[in-house]
Amino acid sequence: MIEPVLSVQQINKHFGALQVSKDVSLDLLPGEIHALIGPNGAGKSTLIQQIAGELKPDSGRIMLAGHDVTQLGTAVRSRRGLARTFQISALAMEDTVLQNALLGALGASAHPYRLWGSAMKRSELRTVAEQALDRVGLADQAHTVTAQLSHGQRRQLEIAVALTLSPKAFIMDEPMAGLGTQGSSTLTGLLGTLREQAPILMVEHDMEAVFALADRISVLVYGQLLATGTVAQIRSNQAVQQAYLGTDT
Amino acid sequence: MSLLLFAEQILNGLQFGIMLFLMAAGLTLIFGVMGLINLAHGSLYMTGAFAAATVASITGSFTLALVAALIAAAAAGALVEVIVIRRLYKADHLDQVLATFALILVFSEGTRWLFGSFPLYLNVPEALSGSVTLPGGIRYSLYRLALIGIGLLVALGLYVLIAHTRLGMQVRAGQSDREMIAALGVDISTLYTIVFALGAALAGLAGALVGAIQSVQVGMGEPVLILAFVVIVIGGIGSIKGAFVGALLVGLTDTLGGLLLPGFFGWFMEPASAVSAGSVLASMSIYILMAIVLMVKPCGLFGVRH
Amino acid sequence: MNRETLLNLLLLCVLLAVPVWAHAAEEPFIITLVTRALIFAIAGIGLNMALGQGGLVSLGHAMFFGLGGYSMGILASHAQTYTPLFEWPILLEGSNSMPVIWITAIAVAGLAALITGQLSLRTSGVYFIMITLAFGQMFYYFAVSWPAYGGDDGLSIYVRNEFPGLNTLDPIQFFVIVFALLIAVLMLAAAVARSPFGLALNAARQSPARVEAVGISPYRLRLLVYVLSGMITGLAGALFADLNRFVSPSMFSWQTSGEIMMFVILGGVARLCGPVVGATVFIALEHFLGGLSDYWQIYLGVLLLVIVLFARGGLVGLVAGKQQAHD
Repeated sequence: MIEPVLSVQQINKHFGALQVSKDVSLDLLPGEIHALIGPNGAGKSTLIQQIAGELKPDSGRIMLAGHDVTQLGTAVRSRRGLARTFQISALAMEDTVLQNALLGALGASAHPYRLWGSAMKRSELRTVAEQALDRVGLADQAHTVTAQLSHGQRRQLEIAVALTLSPKAFIMDEPMAGLGTQGSSTLTGLLGTLREQAPILMVEHDMEAVFALADRISVLVYGQLLATGTVAQIRSNQAVQQAYLGTDT
Repeated sequence: MSLLLFAEQILNGLQFGIMLFLMAAGLTLIFGVMGLINLAHGSLYMTGAFAAATVASITGSFTLALVAALIAAAAAGALVEVIVIRRLYKADHLDQVLATFALILVFSEGTRWLFGSFPLYLNVPEALSGSVTLPGGIRYSLYRLALIGIGLLVALGLYVLIAHTRLGMQVRAGQSDREMIAALGVDISTLYTIVFALGAALAGLAGALVGAIQSVQVGMGEPVLILAFVVIVIGGIGSIKGAFVGALLVGLTDTLGGLLLPGFFGWFMEPASAVSAGSVLASMSIYILMAIVLMVKPCGLFGVRH
Repeated sequence: MNRETLLNLLLLCVLLAVPVWAHAAEEPFIITLVTRALIFAIAGIGLNMALGQGGLVSLGHAMFFGLGGYSMGILASHAQTYTPLFEWPILLEGSNSMPVIWITAIAVAGLAALITGQLSLRTSGVYFIMITLAFGQMFYYFAVSWPAYGGDDGLSIYVRNEFPGLNTLDPIQFFVIVFALLIAVLMLAAAVARSPFGLALNAARQSPARVEAVGISPYRLRLLVYVLSGMITGLAGALFADLNRFVSPSMFSWQTSGEIMMFVILGGVARLCGPVVGATVFIALEHFLGGLSDYWQIYLGVLLLVIVLFARGGLVGLVAGKQQAHD
């Protein structure tokens, strides 16, 4: 029995009378890309927020690398190896690409709150940052101000920052959002190579990317997990077709 | 300590609180609808007081003075909104703070230039001077009782306005989703000017009413402004109900604190130290209340995260 | 060397040269004027750390300024009357020594920042602004109602405090002390901005979610900078009290908080020497315009409005150009 890297167990969440997560359980196995799909309003983002630590579930557990992180905050989970990318890029826009990557390296380092010494000159941080930028293909943009990057490049930068954390698992919230075909295929290529480093749990609407990348797919509808399985299994699953894809062929 | 004194102080607390509510309601409305923090609100309070004092000394009529206060404050508010405030709605909070702080300087020095540095006098009208005897044998100033009455009437009027009129509906819609009401064809500019002027009028009214029992001078508005901020923090930004409850809480805490704390300290301290320790703590009591509320409810009692 | 650094060095040279000239020309009043500007600049540099780097709009920094001032006032007044502050549980006597007073001011202000910061930094946006304003006001009323140290009338200290080896009553020598402290504080601010902490804080100002996602707590960053910022402004308060040999509750007032913020804005937020420029301009305006008209603050208000609405980078921004991401 392979130990899952990330395990979500019986998560429940209410917002007032509305139940946004109902008994949701899924796990992320080593080396896999696990896509989470579902129609709008299914509660995917809320689930991601609970996994990341931004929201506390009403009941249930979240295990990261065998440890119960349910009561821990976002920053602590990040330090324990949970790397997150956001649906709307969350980056320091006034800073350069290198500075953003350096921030990631800093976060993963032993003394992030150090008041002395120059951040830019810390060689061990710079090495980590530059390697990550190289990996995603942004090495030549290191000194560009982030606000000037294209949308696709910002997505790449988010992934670079996630890499600097030497993560145990990636959580990606709609990484393909807003990208054209060219951008999507570049990013798809990049994500494919990441899975050896750490498994990816990915919320996505872009079905082409999902079918190209995912090892397993979980379908979330009205806060409940409808099915989990391989691409082939999900594609042929009647309930999924009815609830999500809409047509019956 | 007699029951009469206690009752009188409760009434004082209510009166203080109700006047604070007039300030806080305007502030919270402006923040709730327009997302603007307005430091110049104290200047509008002052404008109302000065207008009232001037008109009262010319005409001798308190009623006319109050009308003048309302008009002057609303007009000043509308003018300021059109010239300066409009440009700040999309700005970040720092800019709003700085610009409205600059307005305080302009208003304060401008008023000092027009009227000089000495306080003006506004007298309590003949009809409301003197005291009345309330049930229980409490003698209380008729004017202060009138203030409580006027304040409650205004609170009721505000409630009717917000809950039952078209304007109120636009205000409520604006509070929940600013972009939406523009898309629905509501004339945002005019709505904002009206809301700002309404808030200003409330502040001006408060200034005029309180001006009769305290002095009318430059700088009278800012301490009240800061207290109104405390009220809003306690009550929850954007909530008029919160402003009402918060204002009464603050008013009562301040007055009763000043009454009870020296006595409380007197239980285990010698009289002289008790009085000074008590009055020191009393002056801080409102802020301690604010701190306690924040620890339990960081968004205030009725606050909603915007 | 970029334009801004050049401008900063030029400014500091001028601020050093003018009092030296004034000393030679026997115009002690000018030395005192420049010293006043430098003390305000130190207060502003403190605020700028929290405001410019941390993005914390603190309208209550007068709290620290006043605490620094009263630290000096209390220690010095007990020293001059030879009575201890208290005898139990430990004997604490007054002090006339500047270094002791500075350390006390910094410690007291830092402690106040730590305590109030833990409450106010749990909030954000307008709540934070209002709460800092409220705390400042709270200390103001506290100082007014505490009769032991003058209450509303304030407290006079008859003798300027001592600094080993110098005659502190001589304007130029006191100026040199303040100038040295200014340089030290500027170097501290620059070091913090360059440091890993500074990188994280600056990022937290732009995207708190991003900073949390890399494992750093924005709250801790902000609390730390708030404490540092309070300490520096507290030091300025102690110096101010020494300059005037007088402390009063007005050091805690909202007007003082507003003035400190004005120094920062006039010069340009987040610019290293912005507060120096802003404080110098403010003192110059106060002196020259104030001489012309009693109502000069109207012009100050208009100037501030113009800067806020049209010239966001402040005066440094106008001259040195847009701030580049330093890399």
